[in-house]
Amino acid sequence: MASVPRSFLLLSIIPTILILCADFACCNTGRKTGDGLDTDFSGFSVPLEHSFEVDDVSRFRMRGALQLRGGRETSVSLSQSQLSEEDRKTLKEVAAVDGLYKIRVPRVSLTDRQTERQMDGYLTAFVRACSLVESHLSDVITLHTDVSGYLIGVSIVTIPGACRGTEVEDEVDLEAFNTTLTIIAPTNAPQPETALFIERMDIEHEKRGKPQEQKSFFAKYWYLILGGAIFLMASSSAQPSAGGAEEQQS
Amino acid sequence: MKSSVKMAKLTSLFVILLSFFCISEAVFEDQVGKFDWRQQYVGKTLFAHFESNTQSSKKMFVATDKNIFASFNSRTGDLLWRHVDKTGPEGSIDILLLHGQDALMVVGDGRLLRSWDTNIGGLNWEAVLDTGSFQAACFVAIQDTVKLVAVLKKAAISLHYLSNGHQKWVENLPDSDAVQYQAVYSGGEEEVYVLGVVPNSHLTIIAYSLEDGEIIKQRSVEASWLSSIESSCVVVGQGVLMCVDPATLALYTLPIQAEETPEFSQILLQSLDLEVFPGFQPVLVSSQPHPARSPLSEFFLQLGPDHHVLLQLNADGYTIAPLRDFQPAFLVSFATTGKKTVAAVMTPKNETACAINLFSVDSGRRLLDTTVLFPLEPNGGKPHTLYVHAFLKKDDSVGYRVLVQTQDHALTFIQQPGRVVWTREEALADVVTMEMVDLPLTGTQAELEGEFGKKADGLFPMVLKRLSSQVTLLQAWLAHLWKLFYEARKPRSQVKNEVTIETLSRDEFNLQKMMVMVTASGKLFGIDSKSGSILWKHYLENVQPNAAFKLIVQRTTAHFPHPPQCTLLIKDKDTGLATLHVFNPIFGRKSHIALPALPRPILQSLLLPVIDQDYAKVLLLVDDQYKVTAFPSTKNVLQQLQEMASSIFFYLIRSDQGNLSGFRLRKDLSTERIWEVVLPTEVQKIVAVKGKRPNEHVHSQGRVMGDRSVLYKYLNPNLLAVVTESTDTHPERAFVGVFLVDGVTGRIIHEAVQRKARGPVHFVHSENWVVYEYWNTKSRRNEFSVLELFEGTELYNSTVFSSLDRPHLPQVLQQTYIFPSPITTMEATLTEKGITSRHLLVGLPSGAILSLPKMFLDPRRPEVVTEHSREENLIPYAPEMPIRTEWFINYNQTVARVKGIYTAPSGLESTCLVVAYGLDIYQTRVYPSKQFDVLKDDYDYVLISSVLFALFFATMISKRLAQVKLLNRAWR
Repeated sequence: MASVPRSFLLLSIIPTILILCADFACCNTGRKTGDGLDTDFSGFSVPLEHSFEVDDVSRFRMRGALQLRGGRETSVSLSQSQLSEEDRKTLKEVAAVDGLYKIRVPRVSLTDRQTERQMDGYLTAFVRACSLVESHLSDVITLHTDVSGYLIGVSIVTIPGACRGTEVEDEVDLEAFNTTLTIIAPTNAPQPETALFIERMDIEHEKRGKPQEQKSFFAKYWYLILGGAIFLMASSSAQPSAGGAEEQQS
Repeated sequence: MKSSVKMAKLTSLFVILLSFFCISEAVFEDQVGKFDWRQQYVGKTLFAHFESNTQSSKKMFVATDKNIFASFNSRTGDLLWRHVDKTGPEGSIDILLLHGQDALMVVGDGRLLRSWDTNIGGLNWEAVLDTGSFQAACFVAIQDTVKLVAVLKKAAISLHYLSNGHQKWVENLPDSDAVQYQAVYSGGEEEVYVLGVVPNSHLTIIAYSLEDGEIIKQRSVEASWLSSIESSCVVVGQGVLMCVDPATLALYTLPIQAEETPEFSQILLQSLDLEVFPGFQPVLVSSQPHPARSPLSEFFLQLGPDHHVLLQLNADGYTIAPLRDFQPAFLVSFATTGKKTVAAVMTPKNETACAINLFSVDSGRRLLDTTVLFPLEPNGGKPHTLYVHAFLKKDDSVGYRVLVQTQDHALTFIQQPGRVVWTREEALADVVTMEMVDLPLTGTQAELEGEFGKKADGLFPMVLKRLSSQVTLLQAWLAHLWKLFYEARKPRSQVKNEVTIETLSRDEFNLQKMMVMVTASGKLFGIDSKSGSILWKHYLENVQPNAAFKLIVQRTTAHFPHPPQCTLLIKDKDTGLATLHVFNPIFGRKSHIALPALPRPILQSLLLPVIDQDYAKVLLLVDDQYKVTAFPSTKNVLQQLQEMASSIFFYLIRSDQGNLSGFRLRKDLSTERIWEVVLPTEVQKIVAVKGKRPNEHVHSQGRVMGDRSVLYKYLNPNLLAVVTESTDTHPERAFVGVFLVDGVTGRIIHEAVQRKARGPVHFVHSENWVVYEYWNTKSRRNEFSVLELFEGTELYNSTVFSSLDRPHLPQVLQQTYIFPSPITTMEATLTEKGITSRHLLVGLPSGAILSLPKMFLDPRRPEVVTEHSREENLIPYAPEMPIRTEWFINYNQTVARVKGIYTAPSGLESTCLVVAYGLDIYQTRVYPSKQFDVLKDDYDYVLISSVLFALFFATMISKRLAQVKLLNRAWR
């Protein structure tokens, strides 16, 4: 995960970029992580199995044990043993015929430990055996969970991922896995950003300068009204005599 | 590398610029109907009535299974008006009765009673009925005038005034738990009769007083053989109930109105010398010409699939006299005009036609000169129902027109003497899937193509061939010129450009295509996209009503002389068994290719880019044992498959188990499971999965950003968008999940959850983006969300994309917007090279189709405008998506109940062909970036050429003058 190149520029432009909330623990070689550690965090362990056969018929064997810990911050670590000499030989043979290297983990729930036993079946993923060999067993295993903490998928890639046909001479390179392990929970998709938008609109309004205070009609045109009133009064005071005279005449 | 980046920058800039200038677009008034057409349909007819019984009447009324009440002009078959009700059982039409100007309709299993004015199609009144499922309805006359309508429900009967819908009275039916009331009868008397049955026990007759709904009589009659009145009984003559019992092969009669305790009297069919076809359930057909009078005493009895007998009930009420035996006869129908009632009988004539004749009901004699021929199409459905419109001619003889409904839902209207006035293909009201296929080249073009197709045989023959084909081209051109000249002299109205299957050929810009449409009834259509005329139709007879269809273009028109080839995969949803129908999409003819045997249910079908020696793409069918069948399966294909097996991957999705799994093909055409992802069904269920369209081109690899760096798109052709909905439907906890899964490796590329949301989810997956629409349960509104995937500023491997070699996950950007309308379907525009900017075509429930620029759905729209974002032409973020009326591509041509939108590229990069289908079909063209590659209609050729000529002559003259001047100067 950490090796995914991210554009800083992009981050600066789009604050809504999704950062996968990934907690990862890296683990390699056969050294076991402290046993006391996972009991403290009430974690549990599930087997990670692998299969690589020349005839492509799956025969899964133990590769290591995944220490999973559910709860608020899920974490995962892996303890695995070295490949035996026989395994190394087989792996090279499989790579030579462009076979597949498959891994599988059982379906478990990270949060609900009760139902763990009820679920059957495995989650399977594969990578080309040749790329595993050529990358000197450097693989990235990602576990995916759903919203309620069930493991839903596993994926494995090697870095580099290509098969160039380079021979791996040194047997030592194929002894121990150099595994990066990540667990990814689903990201929350964004909601429409109404609040920010309104805020921005407000700021823009302010930037444009305070609009002129809304004056009342009378406050705006008092001089016209006053002038009109005076004019009316003046004309009415002048007229009555004339009007009265006309009325009298008719 | 560098130059390609530059190109990408340039082109994307170009497209952005283009799209920026072309946001607003609309149709000008004079363009209406120029590039678009709409056809309106009603669906399968359930009830049909003709207007009054005069020769000049033009209207007919139909009620259909699509909950539509419509009126046709019977001269042309055009719709006069149409009322589209709710879909589903809520709007279903239970019955349609016609009396004078009023059309009475019971809707939604007895929910509503409606009266329509048949002249203008306006609603007179609507009455809400009491609850209870609908059983029957009939008109009730008081003193010879029809004033009331009686509606029988499961447990009640009600009478309503025809004039205003007010209820006269409603009465509960006695003992409605045990007795199934199924029929209501009124013969113009003071009572209305309700008939009920306790299956295999007895019949109940209740007479209600018309005045106040009081029960006048009630009695039960022993009838242990009777199970359903609806299917086996009719009322004939002076209120005599006539029933047929298939077990004892007898007719039973019972006078309904009889005072004393009645009993059924039995008449054995044998005594009438009648024999029932083995295994056939006999059917009775009677006619009540006027609701104020009792029904006719003549009736039809159907004894076999093509055997009908016209019988007459004698005046004594319990003896029957056979009038005429019709065998063979497919369909019969009564028709009344004035005082005369006739029977129309359809009999097979020969392979290609059926004959319809009129018979006098009283005597059973054939009326002279009444034969009408109904043409049977070779690939059409069999006749299903006959609707006869009889009228009195001036000489007092009976004339008639007839509407024939066939099994493929087509309506054919025939006039004497056997002229088909019009045909309506109502199967097109339910299009399931479609494809657009290029038309073939013209003969001369095809010859040229063929020349290159053949193998070379030496230099000299090639030159000769080349010359000869050039000569033919010249000939064709001269002929074309001559035709133009000839037609130019004629007035324009006489020049007919009618499209027939013979004159079909591709136009210059490939704008005219063949639309191959598959309908739910199993009828296939070939429609010319330019005019909308149906060029061929093919009815597949034994298609189950719940079948699923997948239409695959195996060979396009580009491989002359091999004809194009389409394959329709028909899968029975219950058994999963599939059949293939292979046909030529241009002519609709079925190909005689050997089809593979498919004994096992088919799970998945995939079209490979592998082609056989005849240029047909290979179709792989995966059965439930994960064995693969190839079609075509020639040796060549199998060999190619073996070579490629390790690079052929496919996925299967079982939504009931939440299981997504991937497989790889082995050399022996068996498969191995290589990945598995399981979404627990307790939490969420998979509702839809979409890959990308295989014919989609993406022109630019990346997007140029404000600082001139390039953001590369993550263009994974194997990417699947999986949409799920939570099983928990509580508004606070409901969610919609969007998973992007690589279809080859099963790697979950992205996993997002839209909280407080539920479906129905509509989504489009294309290029490097997914757009989906959902219902926000918290804010109670529809929202659009867009996901875009980018590789970053560097490409991992710029030459080729392989799912197996992409270790880094893409960056995912997402933004959400409020959309002010619900939607029914969504699709993206598609163009030849993908240079043109994309639009989303959104079908709204109002029938409008909105062309929404993708620019508005861009997760990089900035909240705060910066110099860079302005440079990129990004629209600042606004939470609400606008709907502008000028974006409606179908202006006022609403498409009722849009179900799907199909887009196809044309030969012009700017132009995308669009077909929206649902109840109606609408075809148009859209230009998302305007017509940047086409000169305008009003382009002034005269001006530009005169300017050119003027300039040319000016230079000539000035040159000459300059020469003269120079010469003069030299002499000086």
